[in-house]
Amino acid sequence: MNIHRESPVQIRTASQEQVEAQPVLVALTGQPNVGKSTLFNLLTGLSQHVGNWPGKTVERKEGTFVYNGTTYRLVDLPGTYSLTANSAEEVIAREFIIREQPDVVVVLVDAAILERSLYLVAELLSLSVPVIVGLNMIDVARQEGVQIEPEVLQAALGVPVVPMVATKNLGVRDLLETVGRVVGGEIPYAPKHPQIRADHQEVLEGIEKLIAGCVPDPYPQEWIALKLLEGDREVTRMMQECLPDERWEQVHDVLRAHDDALVAVASGRYEWIGRMIRAAVTRPKAGQIGLTERLDRWATHPFWGLLVLAGILGLIFWLTYTIGAPLQDLLDTYVVGTLADLARAGLAEAPAWLMDLVADGIIGGVGAVLTFLPILVIFFAVMGVLEDMGYMARAAYVMDGFMHLMGLHGKSFLPLFLGFGCNVPAVLGARVIESRRARLLTILLAPLIPCTARMAVIAFLAPAFFGSAATLVSWGLVLLALVVLALSGVLINKTIFRGRRAAFIMELPLYHLPNWRTIGLLVWQRSLAFLKKAGTLILAVSVVVWALSVLPGGEIETSFLAQIGRWLEPAGRLMGFDWRLMVALLTSFIAKENSIATLGVLFGSTGLTAGGTGEGAGLAETMAAAFPASTALAFLVVQLLFVPCVATVAVVRQETGSWWWTLFNLGFLLVVSWAAGVAIFWLAGMVGV
Amino acid sequence: MRNRSRTPRAATSQNSQNQVVPLSAMHAGEQGVVVDLAGGRGLLCRMASLGFTPGAEVTVVQNFGRGPLIALVRDARIALGRGEAGKIHVRR
Repeated sequence: MNIHRESPVQIRTASQEQVEAQPVLVALTGQPNVGKSTLFNLLTGLSQHVGNWPGKTVERKEGTFVYNGTTYRLVDLPGTYSLTANSAEEVIAREFIIREQPDVVVVLVDAAILERSLYLVAELLSLSVPVIVGLNMIDVARQEGVQIEPEVLQAALGVPVVPMVATKNLGVRDLLETVGRVVGGEIPYAPKHPQIRADHQEVLEGIEKLIAGCVPDPYPQEWIALKLLEGDREVTRMMQECLPDERWEQVHDVLRAHDDALVAVASGRYEWIGRMIRAAVTRPKAGQIGLTERLDRWATHPFWGLLVLAGILGLIFWLTYTIGAPLQDLLDTYVVGTLADLARAGLAEAPAWLMDLVADGIIGGVGAVLTFLPILVIFFAVMGVLEDMGYMARAAYVMDGFMHLMGLHGKSFLPLFLGFGCNVPAVLGARVIESRRARLLTILLAPLIPCTARMAVIAFLAPAFFGSAATLVSWGLVLLALVVLALSGVLINKTIFRGRRAAFIMELPLYHLPNWRTIGLLVWQRSLAFLKKAGTLILAVSVVVWALSVLPGGEIETSFLAQIGRWLEPAGRLMGFDWRLMVALLTSFIAKENSIATLGVLFGSTGLTAGGTGEGAGLAETMAAAFPASTALAFLVVQLLFVPCVATVAVVRQETGSWWWTLFNLGFLLVVSWAAGVAIFWLAGMVGV
Repeated sequence: MRNRSRTPRAATSQNSQNQVVPLSAMHAGEQGVVVDLAGGRGLLCRMASLGFTPGAEVTVVQNFGRGPLIALVRDARIALGRGEAGKIHVRR
């Protein structure tokens, strides 16, 4: 390995050669729903890398492209309404701009909501980086009757303004030309700085004097003073550490006397924006009713809105069952099954344990991951379409009332609902919730939603035990799971989160046609990320559980897994379980359907093939003879509420970013499922089932 | 809550019919101007960055008297919980 003799850090304000040698760093920013990802995908395509910001569960997207012989590195910053530290997104966006000092910041604004979009621009202009405004969606603005003169706006702001329609690839070339000219210094860059309202100017100057010389390096002093005045949490904490105690006391006194400055600073920015755009924008008297308003009469209506939502959800399930489930079976039979057979044939000469490890342990584990894919792809696509069209916010709006009961708000509804298909997209879908607390609670509750795999186990066992009442029992079990979910929500919210609830305030974006490129890339990236991150963990756990089930003797009845099951039997006896049922629960950790395969082995059902449906009636009948209905009911309840499959656990870990919360979630579900199982067993015994 | 009442609009448009009400009390279709915001710092900051600042014109798009409501501010449709809407004081 080479040793770096020079410091690898290069100074950015370097000579022309260095600028050419390394790619130009462009940060892309903008408020949510301004078409940022459309532009990002258009420019970077499949060259993008998706990951997380260090230490955060916020998606970090970066990609490269070449234009006019220059290589550009484009970093997509999280969409934020402002740059004040309210959430991780805002801190990430501004820290990147301040610390990494990109060569250019491209900020997209929505021409149809120009005033509000420019709020972020006003904040960006206080930072010392060149800003280019991409005036996106001018077509939508024109439809709404709003005429904007970009040249006038450009003159008013003092920064380049490029009109564009990213979805139609209009104006993107101009934007890139402008980026090149700003980086090359061809455009004199003289931004107008937003002025704070006169009544706070003196206070601001006072603070600036007090902190002078104590502001840590890359931060502009004036910006720090402004953020202190706005009461920004992160900046306040930082300056409290950096300032000598008595100086901090002085600053603190000033801030306390002006604790209303936040609203004054914000309205000052809007007044400034108002002056900037007064000349550039002409608009008719509002009056015509747009598409969004017409659709919203139905989509956000307290009654019709619920019907619309129910219809859409019905459609999602129809898609899942008619396309996803058969695909899943095909993959399982033809791809996974064929691979396992091939491996067995290829390893026929090898020791038996190696053949089993490859065929059952590894291919079985990979297969479990692979068969998830069709359903995941459908869910990611549907989520993407609904989000991109602007419907997601409406669904959250109409469900807000119900979700309130659990200390959640409307945005948690769709992710949780997706859990009925599969818990994995439910956990991943919780990303749309901004408030960390609400996101965490949604993730913790998601595994309590009965997914299709759990329902499959119930559908297999219920008829054998309950005959014609099986449908009723199944519905009752789903209802029970939802009641447990609601109660858990109330409980966790009241105890751990102390009843605090995230404020419900969010934008309902204009409806527009979905952009297939954006959705396609989203599905691609999400699926890939799942395969990579979750796949490795699932594979590892599958191999471990497989090993436990065959070691040391090669038979599951005498394996370590069976020993663990026997050891756990006392806990199971309270529900009437024997060790075999405990082992079945343990193996359901890999995939919920495994319970049935395991029971098949343990109850000596003949003609059993892993994952196949050949075990059929024989197993269910054997079990019905071996256990009373109360035990069966308890087993189904535990199966429904038990620790989720390893894929779900993997994404819970990934999305909470914490093993602590993951383990808490597992522990919580263990306790809840066990308690519910015991309660049902005794209740059923009492009424004499 | 705020001890300084020097909103410029308050001085110029002193009309006895103009009463200040919470946004949650406005009916669908009604228009008004934001006078004041209440609430914790985090909520204030979100409301302000979404466009609810003193002087901003607001139109209520939907309000069924219970549950969340929708308001149009600075050309953007914003959905607010009833509690949050109650913290925005509007002169109609």
